Amino acid sequence: MTTTTPASKAPTEPPVKRRMPKLSINLRQYGIVAALAVIVILFQILTDGRLLLPGNVNNLIQQNAYVLILAIGMVIVIIAGHIDLSVGSVVAMVGAVAAISMNNWGLPWWGAVLVSLLVGALVGAWQGYWVAFVGIPAFIVTLAGMLIFRGLTLVLLTGGTISGLPAEFTAIGAGWLPSYLGELAGRDVLTLALGILTAVALIVFQLRTRATLARLDLPREPLASMWTKNGIAAIAIVWFAWLLSDYSGTPIILIVLAALILIYNFVLNRTVFGRHVYAMGGNLFAAVMSGVKTKWVNFYIFVNMGVLAGLAGVVSTARAGGAVASAGQNYELDAIAAVFIGGAAVQGGVGTVVGAVVGGLVMGVLNMGLSILSVDAAWQMTIKGLVLLLAVAFDIFNKRRAGGR
Amino acid sequence: MEHSIILRMNNIVKDFNGVKALDGVSLEVTRGQVHGICGENGAGKSTLMKVLSGVYPAGSFDGSIEFEDHEVAYKTINDSEHDGIVIIHQELALSPYLSIAENIFLGNENATRGVIDWNKTNREAALLLARVGLDENPATKILELGVGKQQLVEIAKALSKRVKLLILDEPTAALNDEDSTHLLGLIDHLRTQGITCIIISHKLKEIKRIADTVTVIRDGKTIETIDMAGPDATEAHIIRAMVGRDLNNLFPPREPAVGAEVLRVENWTVHHPVDVARKVVDGASFTVNAGEIVGFAGLMGAGRTELAMSIFGRSYGTNISGQVFKDGTEIQMRTVGEAIEHGFAYATEDRKRYGLNLIGDITVNVSAAALAKLAKYGVIDKHREYKVADSYRQKMNIKAPSVTSITGKLSGGNQQKVVLSKWIFSGPDVLILDEPTRGIDVGAKYEIYGIINELAAQGKAVIVISSELPELIGICDRIYAISEGKLTGEVAKADASQETLMHYMTAGKD
Repeated sequence: MTTTTPASKAPTEPPVKRRMPKLSINLRQYGIVAALAVIVILFQILTDGRLLLPGNVNNLIQQNAYVLILAIGMVIVIIAGHIDLSVGSVVAMVGAVAAISMNNWGLPWWGAVLVSLLVGALVGAWQGYWVAFVGIPAFIVTLAGMLIFRGLTLVLLTGGTISGLPAEFTAIGAGWLPSYLGELAGRDVLTLALGILTAVALIVFQLRTRATLARLDLPREPLASMWTKNGIAAIAIVWFAWLLSDYSGTPIILIVLAALILIYNFVLNRTVFGRHVYAMGGNLFAAVMSGVKTKWVNFYIFVNMGVLAGLAGVVSTARAGGAVASAGQNYELDAIAAVFIGGAAVQGGVGTVVGAVVGGLVMGVLNMGLSILSVDAAWQMTIKGLVLLLAVAFDIFNKRRAGGR
Repeated sequence: MEHSIILRMNNIVKDFNGVKALDGVSLEVTRGQVHGICGENGAGKSTLMKVLSGVYPAGSFDGSIEFEDHEVAYKTINDSEHDGIVIIHQELALSPYLSIAENIFLGNENATRGVIDWNKTNREAALLLARVGLDENPATKILELGVGKQQLVEIAKALSKRVKLLILDEPTAALNDEDSTHLLGLIDHLRTQGITCIIISHKLKEIKRIADTVTVIRDGKTIETIDMAGPDATEAHIIRAMVGRDLNNLFPPREPAVGAEVLRVENWTVHHPVDVARKVVDGASFTVNAGEIVGFAGLMGAGRTELAMSIFGRSYGTNISGQVFKDGTEIQMRTVGEAIEHGFAYATEDRKRYGLNLIGDITVNVSAAALAKLAKYGVIDKHREYKVADSYRQKMNIKAPSVTSITGKLSGGNQQKVVLSKWIFSGPDVLILDEPTRGIDVGAKYEIYGIINELAAQGKAVIVISSELPELIGICDRIYAISEGKLTGEVAKADASQETLMHYMTAGKD
């Protein structure tokens, strides 16, 4: 921005009334991203710059991958107007199954992953059956599931733990992509290349979308706003890669996460299935009367949640290096909190994958920042609870100020 | 005292993000009178009442309000109720699982130190019920009452608050003729007791029958205040003031071009979903031809909606039997999805509950019933979706800044146009329109009739279910009367009169 005559220019801008509704919706999205930025900066200052040390940034991803994966499944569940309290127990049970499949049945690492996802899908189908076809509220079904699957985990592990998992398996949660492109001044070139590539891809994609909108004469975001937003995002991505390259390179789980975010963002925004999820959350009766097969959509929502819980089970077991009966405790609460911090509505119908992921990162940065500051675990929990409450309160306050008629 | 002004609203301006919903409305209400407020949907009637009752707190609008000669600034509904201003909204606000007595005194309990005196509560409730002419036990739960009786409970509740100014927003929109008559009688009675009443209604006949004075609002401005004892007290005059033009014909002209039979239903019987032994629809048989508009007339609870919904993918009822033929072939519609595939569309009577995703924008609502048309391999072509929605916005004259406007914020008439757009886009051969003009003002009604005519002209078979007999007579080629689940009569347009229809509609009733 230049410093010449800023005041004289503003009034001559044509009004953009037509685009107002679209922008105000987006503002909510920016709000949560801005909140994340504020929290990062705050802790960066409080920890004298230790928050964003390369090792910590790496851990932020690897430690929180499970929440982000669960939050992606949970946001769909919540948009549809349900809840899933069982995912923590499912994570533990799947972890146990994965460990047993490798240590006792001698399955290779990828076999264990497939079995885990399958078990997750079966759990999801079980819960989905009760919710969708019997009509028991998800709160009850998954509360029961929380007990059932925790109990089964204890049965499987007979109270003990299973460790000594193959290195290929633990790499899923705690490993990095190999340095295929070598190092440059001590930095992993592949990571830098991926970072730059992602940033470029983001901008190219945005420009292409814009061009399509222009061709079809559909309303577009103002050019300046688009460049500011995506410019900042691109710089943040490259900087993030810069930090990671100084540590051990690109965490494998980061690639998995990126793929999940892209896929689920697409599913919710562009597919018929995603639209049906929003429609059911917005008005279930209207969805039924519009021919949406609501029972099946509900069923698949839970199958999907099960698969993602299975994946989270793989990731957290891999990261821990073994299966423990107490694994996954309170994970469901972390995921639910992430979704609501990310702007989803308790009544359903509203929420985004990106919001849920950013909400999960807010929780993750809080955890890490408070740990670096050696804040007592009891206080960490208290602070996280308050943040959840404030985030949702802020959201409601915003909505009220926007003035629904 | 006799002819004093109880309420003065001066030059009220209220805007929402720069859009002026009220643009200098003034209103004077005389004590002890019934004051009608008329205006098209979106004219600002409901907004004005929300300003008055403190839903929009003082300070969020410009202008002043004087009640009983004092300038007032209500911050909440409690403030206005404290002064004796009670508003009864179109959507009733009663708690279904609580009793009549509990609802009447909800928030206003007869209690000492938090302990409720049930004897007093029930005794007073019984007295209030007697005053509104409702013969029910105060311990009856609300969900056991019909809409008409619930309305009376609302009024009893208002009376319990020592109401001085009672505001009724579309009180008869959901009522049948009998309940409406009773309600109007009650308002008459309250007038003799000195209770001032503001009534918002689209039904001009009612307004004419009950109001002493009528204020017409259009585009957020007061257009005219009419003394109903004076020479201007005609429906035509009020309509002209409401729409700003003459509506010498309430129904657009049409040349019916009736073709071959499209839909034939034979011996259709539907049982109540809970009370399984009860037949809600009993052996109904009827036909609808291409390009024909066929009406279904029936009193509330006669089984009109149940008949339509049970045909439309069995979305109502149990033990459904009978046959449906389309173009001469028998078809099965076990789900709504199958019904849509067979070219059926059902636009519900309750658009907020069954018709629209109110938190979604116009686009997602228009495409909701025919997403498959816009999708390939399960992926929606959003650009095309937007274009489709925008074309309907223009074609149907949906008044909204863009198709990204949230449907919940549109007026009733525009919401109805969104519902119709949704079903027209699904490309049906048979359209069932259940109360297509309920809660809609005269101008928008005319537009909706035009759309219905257009659909018939395209050769579609159109079924219109309506409580308003003049509407059915005005737009239909043929009308079936339904009473207690049975089709009791079939009347061609030429022979249709309100009297004949009413005769069939009440057939079999004692």
